[in-house]
Amino acid sequence: MNIFSLNRKQIKAKPLSSILNIFLFATGVAIISFLFLTTEKIENQLNNNVAGIDLVVGAKGSPLQLILAGIYHIDHPTGNIQYKEALELTKNSLIRQAIPLALGDSYRGFRIVGTDQTYPDLYHGQLKEGMLWKTDFESTIGFKVAEKAGLKIGDSFTGVHGFIEEAGHAHDEHEYIVTGIFEETGTVLDQLILTNIASVWKIHEHHHEHHDDEHIESENAHVTEAEEPHGHPHDQTHADEHEHGHADADADAHEQDHEHAPDSADDKEITLLLIKYTNPMGAITLPRLVNSSTNMQAASPALEINRLYSLMGVGVHTIRLIAGFIIIISAFSIFISLLNSLKERKYELALIRSMGGSRNKLFSLVVMEGISIALIGYLLGLALSRLGMLLVSYYTETNYHYSLQHWFNINDFYFLFVSLIIGLLSALIPAIKAMRTDISKTLSE
Amino acid sequence: MNNKALITRNLIFSYNRLVAFTFPDIDCAPGNHCIIMGPSGCGKTTFLHLIAGLLRPNSGEITVQGTDTIRLKNEEADRFRGKNIGIIYQKPHFIQWLTAFENLQIARYLNNLTTENEDINHLLRSLNLEDKAKSKPSQMSQGELQRLSIARAVINKPALILADEPTSSLDDKNCEEALDLLKRQAEDLQASLVIATHDKRLLDHFPNRIFL
Repeated sequence: MNIFSLNRKQIKAKPLSSILNIFLFATGVAIISFLFLTTEKIENQLNNNVAGIDLVVGAKGSPLQLILAGIYHIDHPTGNIQYKEALELTKNSLIRQAIPLALGDSYRGFRIVGTDQTYPDLYHGQLKEGMLWKTDFESTIGFKVAEKAGLKIGDSFTGVHGFIEEAGHAHDEHEYIVTGIFEETGTVLDQLILTNIASVWKIHEHHHEHHDDEHIESENAHVTEAEEPHGHPHDQTHADEHEHGHADADADAHEQDHEHAPDSADDKEITLLLIKYTNPMGAITLPRLVNSSTNMQAASPALEINRLYSLMGVGVHTIRLIAGFIIIISAFSIFISLLNSLKERKYELALIRSMGGSRNKLFSLVVMEGISIALIGYLLGLALSRLGMLLVSYYTETNYHYSLQHWFNINDFYFLFVSLIIGLLSALIPAIKAMRTDISKTLSE
Repeated sequence: MNNKALITRNLIFSYNRLVAFTFPDIDCAPGNHCIIMGPSGCGKTTFLHLIAGLLRPNSGEITVQGTDTIRLKNEEADRFRGKNIGIIYQKPHFIQWLTAFENLQIARYLNNLTTENEDINHLLRSLNLEDKAKSKPSQMSQGELQRLSIARAVINKPALILADEPTSSLDDKNCEEALDLLKRQAEDLQASLVIATHDKRLLDHFPNRIFL
């Protein structure tokens, strides 16, 4: 027999109120710990994947959407931009590096990204096997893609239009071949299929021609007005026009046409450009330049992510407050139930003293009960938060290919001390009362 | 004087300013027993609590086993009582969430004494409680609780055993038995037994009588 076994027995002696108190405390801890874990992980994911990208240039639309699509590959892109216009922009001396991305297809939910070979360097992607893509329809795939889709070097696959697995039009005509697999980086690179831009163009060229045929039949008027029945000659003329001038009217017509036939090098489209500045001046002038004088929009990841944080922050803050209240209520509940049980237990406490137990022993026995309930509640809460993490991570993994799995947060450690202090404080007054019990009076009652 | 188990001198105690109790002196040699007789409300329990150190007298002297217990500090008094004085209360107070066995164990533990389980089992057997070792106090009869009280009073092998009305709720047969047990346990330990009671049946058994 020792103070721990006594403590265990006194907690077990009133199972209902002990369980209630433990669960109340655990709920508060679980919510707070879960928030710590997820917000830290989400912030890590968001920050790591920015990878030094200063600016994303894409089609006009929501800047946040552009960032989410261009950097995190979560949302749908805002649209496409002219490759030529994008190239013009990259000549700006404030741009140190510009990486083009052509999006649109996916394989089993993993996005196929047409880009150049500098893209993997953003995420320090090292090849695990094989090599980077060299020619059209060669692809280098991320770690998670290889693992989840079961692709090996030399395997071939066909993409589908859109980003949702088993939905959208299949591009059966062209097969990609896996030439390399990246090491795990813990970034968005793990869940991407990289290829060259030309492959993406070729697939959609075919795709669009196919659609053009349909258009001839169904939207005859439109086609004859703006285009010739077959893409090539027509596109050439437009390319010429495009070279000669940037009249607004022309640009409009141009835009309209090219949705149907982006064929020649000058009229190709890409989805967006990832840009790094040569110096901080870029941040001041480039976004304004792009937004005001081109058909494109520039979005800064840092700004948009901050905006996202502040949106998220309100929700997180509210939930944290609620969890805090739950913990305070549970502290009161522990306090009240200890105080109540003192009434029933005053004979026992007096008895313990009359049998030679000192006041300090009595005090520590009551305090220990409060601390134990807080500690058990804390541990249970920690377990519950991990369980919640597992469920949410499973959800994000299947829907977004992002894993939120994250098991340790330094705040949990601080929170252990906070829990113990809460347990101690809620038991303090009852313990002092127990210590001051008039044993003679109690025992002769 | 130091070889006496219990000596009290000129004890005065008051719960409030209006009423003060004065108590007769007691001299009790080791192994000798004495009985404190008096009607209800005359301060028998108070007297026992003073001797046990649960209450502090306004004035007077108490010496148990040569130790002046009034001079002991709270903490020391608790420890001294735990080791040297066994108490049997009028009502059987037990820790409800512990078994009979554990209620004896805790009396040892609180005084930092280790016990062999066999010692406790032996004691339970001698009081005819061995099959109740794992029972909670709420599952035991009045007589069993009475015997468990005796067991707890002697578990730490005290020099002095104080009993407050140990027989008043028992019939003649059980009274006889309980008294027998008490005396036997006290003799085994060579301890002094001090009984406070209004039960006249006990008078014949104790030549050393104090009347309040």
